[in-house]
Amino acid sequence: MDLLHGLVLVFVAIGGTAVVLTRDPLAQSIVVSFYGILLGILFFVFQAPDVALSQIVVGAVALPMMILLALAKAKAEEE
Amino acid sequence: MSLRGRRNLFALGVLGFSVLFLWGLNGLPAFGHYEGVYGITLNRVAVTQRHATNLVAAVTFDYRGFDTLGEEFILFAAVVGVAILLRAQRDEAATPDEEDEETKDESRDAPHTSDAVRVLGLALIGPTVLFGLYIVAHGHLTPGGGFQGGVVLATAALLVYLTGEYVALRRVSPESVTELAESVGAGGYAAIGFIGLLTGQAFLTNVLPLGMTGQLNSSGTILLINLAVGVGVAGGFSLILAEFLEQTLLVREREHG
Amino acid sequence: MSFLPFAVAAWLFAVGLYGIVTSRHLIHLVVCLSVVQSSTYVLLLAIGYRTGASAPIFVEIPPGAPAVDPVVQALTLTDVVVAATVSALLLAMAVQVHKKAGTFDPDELDTLQG
Repeated sequence: MDLLHGLVLVFVAIGGTAVVLTRDPLAQSIVVSFYGILLGILFFVFQAPDVALSQIVVGAVALPMMILLALAKAKAEEE
Repeated sequence: MSLRGRRNLFALGVLGFSVLFLWGLNGLPAFGHYEGVYGITLNRVAVTQRHATNLVAAVTFDYRGFDTLGEEFILFAAVVGVAILLRAQRDEAATPDEEDEETKDESRDAPHTSDAVRVLGLALIGPTVLFGLYIVAHGHLTPGGGFQGGVVLATAALLVYLTGEYVALRRVSPESVTELAESVGAGGYAAIGFIGLLTGQAFLTNVLPLGMTGQLNSSGTILLINLAVGVGVAGGFSLILAEFLEQTLLVREREHG
Repeated sequence: MSFLPFAVAAWLFAVGLYGIVTSRHLIHLVVCLSVVQSSTYVLLLAIGYRTGASAPIFVEIPPGAPAVDPVVQALTLTDVVVAATVSALLLAMAVQVHKKAGTFDPDELDTLQG
């Protein structure tokens, strides 16, 4: 356990908390994409490049995009 | 249940969870000192056994291939679920004169896309597709594989949409193609498993010639399953994105028309 | 200090669950569920990590050289992608609920509507 591991782990914990505490889903989709990148970095320092790669494409791109699209759909219907 | 009641239930649950977690932690080796027999054995023998240098791919698509087949079908079922849920709504919204939908697409007042987004998006589409294909094809050699590369390929379709060309998106990933890719990916995985049965061995046995370690054409069924999963995941994610997009645009169309 | 990864995994699980319990928006709830899921990734990869070992990619290192556990990585890898599609399914359900009930707030859904 070195400093790098500890630092990234603390960032991930803060990131996860931020995702949960962001109550507005629109803002949350941006926060969750940062959280996805943080998790990706964590997996890199855990020597898991395969998992990091899939986490970055899924967590930072696919999931936020799906949230935005779901919100856009609901909002367009409300108007 | 009231918010207060829910909070109390949550506190109780977390208390129980902490007890179980600490109990479980007691039996775990300290961080950085894992002595898992399977992992250590695989690290020694897998490269010579399967001629794949990326052990994660070897475990995913060969040693635990049957488990991954299940995962692939969970993915398949989830994608079908999204399509069913969102398509039911589309039918409700569909207008009788669907024949001239194509012409309406062109004239629809789409949201204005800035030139910077268009240029950057268009420039990135080619490299993204290439990168996705590279990641899928080299899964058994270097980090990557069908799951990651498939999602990268689907984001290329997303880039096409971001540049403001929804009509173009329909052309590059029409439903018939994404549906076919999704089904061929999942079905192809199972079909590769049957090659083992045909030669009189167990389901998903790696019976194909293994080739030279480190070359693209190596590792037998690992490479083939990798490609099948890549096709399936790319199709599945494109289908999910297209379904959500279709919804949004239909509603917009209904408002203006 | 060596328990920090496990503590972070437990924290992510608890904080995600807290978000689900107190959520007032179905899409927020789905995202909180993805935080809970991510706790399992952190836990699995932390268990398989070995100090000083390299990634289980034997391109530049000989077979048998110290490498982290590939089995837990394979589990996590498929989980990440499959969890995303399951999230998509849940989001589609949330959109459907919004269409039927006109709200994303689970508290306003207390009566079953056809």
